[in-house]
Amino acid sequence: MNVNSNGYTYTFATVMVVLVAVLLSGASLGLKSKQESNVKQEKMQSILASVGVEVNRDEAQAAYDEVITKVLTIKGGEVVSEDRETGFNVDMAKAIKSSNMEREVPLYVANKNGESFYIVPMRGKGLWGPVWGFVSLEEDGNTVVGANFGHKSETPGLGAEISTPMFTDQFPGKKISEAGIFQSISVVKQGTSSGDYAVDGISGGTITSNGVNDMLADCLAPYAEYFKNI
Amino acid sequence: MSTEVKQTESLFSKKNRKLISDPFNDNNPITVQVLGICSALAITVKLEPAIVMSLSVVFVMAAGNVIISLIRNLIPNRIRIIVQLVVVASLVILVDQFLKAYAYDVSKQLSVFVGLIITNCIIMGRFEAFALANGPWKSFMDGIGNSIGYGVILIAVAFFRELLGSGALLGFQLIPDSWYITNGGFYANNGFFLFPPMALIVVGLIIWAQRAKNTKLIEEN
Repeated sequence: MNVNSNGYTYTFATVMVVLVAVLLSGASLGLKSKQESNVKQEKMQSILASVGVEVNRDEAQAAYDEVITKVLTIKGGEVVSEDRETGFNVDMAKAIKSSNMEREVPLYVANKNGESFYIVPMRGKGLWGPVWGFVSLEEDGNTVVGANFGHKSETPGLGAEISTPMFTDQFPGKKISEAGIFQSISVVKQGTSSGDYAVDGISGGTITSNGVNDMLADCLAPYAEYFKNI
Repeated sequence: MSTEVKQTESLFSKKNRKLISDPFNDNNPITVQVLGICSALAITVKLEPAIVMSLSVVFVMAAGNVIISLIRNLIPNRIRIIVQLVVVASLVILVDQFLKAYAYDVSKQLSVFVGLIITNCIIMGRFEAFALANGPWKSFMDGIGNSIGYGVILIAVAFFRELLGSGALLGFQLIPDSWYITNGGFYANNGFFLFPPMALIVVGLIIWAQRAKNTKLIEEN
């Protein structure tokens, strides 16, 4: 058999492509449910972490069902849906593309030791890729209880520090609105923050810090109207 | 299949053992052949991703070398590079899928770099230079040797970068908090080490140290 003839080359290529396609789609299908549940559990973990509930990934589902009492979907300050799945499955990357009052965004209502909290999901742009996070608020919809942030590929040791306690520990006690007027929380140059509406950024991670600053303003704003009326 | 391999030659004969030991020193893919530098710069900021990356490369390279070697007499010469690419790419996608399912946290850290194993020149280089001309067992040894030779350097670079850049190893803080200037101490992490150029300098220093010890590697002129 001449392995260098045209006919053989075509046959070889075709057989190879089919075999590889079968193998890879098989692996993809077989592992898909496990991968998706990892992503889902991780999201639940971060939602819970923003109200100070730290759980392993395996326990995330159970803890989530227990702590999160309601998932509202908010649009233009009004609740448009109370379905848990609808809210949880909102794709924030898509949602933030529309203007503040147009977008449908989830608001998680948590109950921990008899106190209730609101948890706001957020998503924005860092230096190298997306950044995201969850900010939890007290029952008044104004005072911050906790925050956590994640990122896809910020520089380790610089921008990536937004997901460490050094950065997130500044958030508890901050406020997002003053006398009913929405203020957001600014991320300012390290060492210059003061008052209830600012936190220190990361020195050397300026673009990431600015990204978090914009994200906070952009993602808290759609809820301002709703919080005013509670 | 293994017509070239003499049946009398033992599996761990001196020649076969050399296939594994050579890439550690005399023929290291990174420090001597200067291949695979891109990933050595990209994922050596922390030790853990460097270790997982090394293991992934060991798997891809050993399995890939064996597969290529098994089908080496069936591959049409004109599309052999494409065939090699398909083999690496499929293996890498498999690794990526498995990491996402069973080592989710690590796979998040490695992110795009798992995919970039495909472009790791060491792998294509070994397929082309070795697996196409040798039997499966030799190719397996060669794959293991070269990928570990690559991994050792990767881990060494990551060790220095994490220690000096973040004051930690494998995520455990080694420099006491009270030493830091921010806490009134005298120490600050060297932020340079977090950037890729510093990895290049570390690789350069390793090459220097290696050549100082191993005079065989020094060029004549």
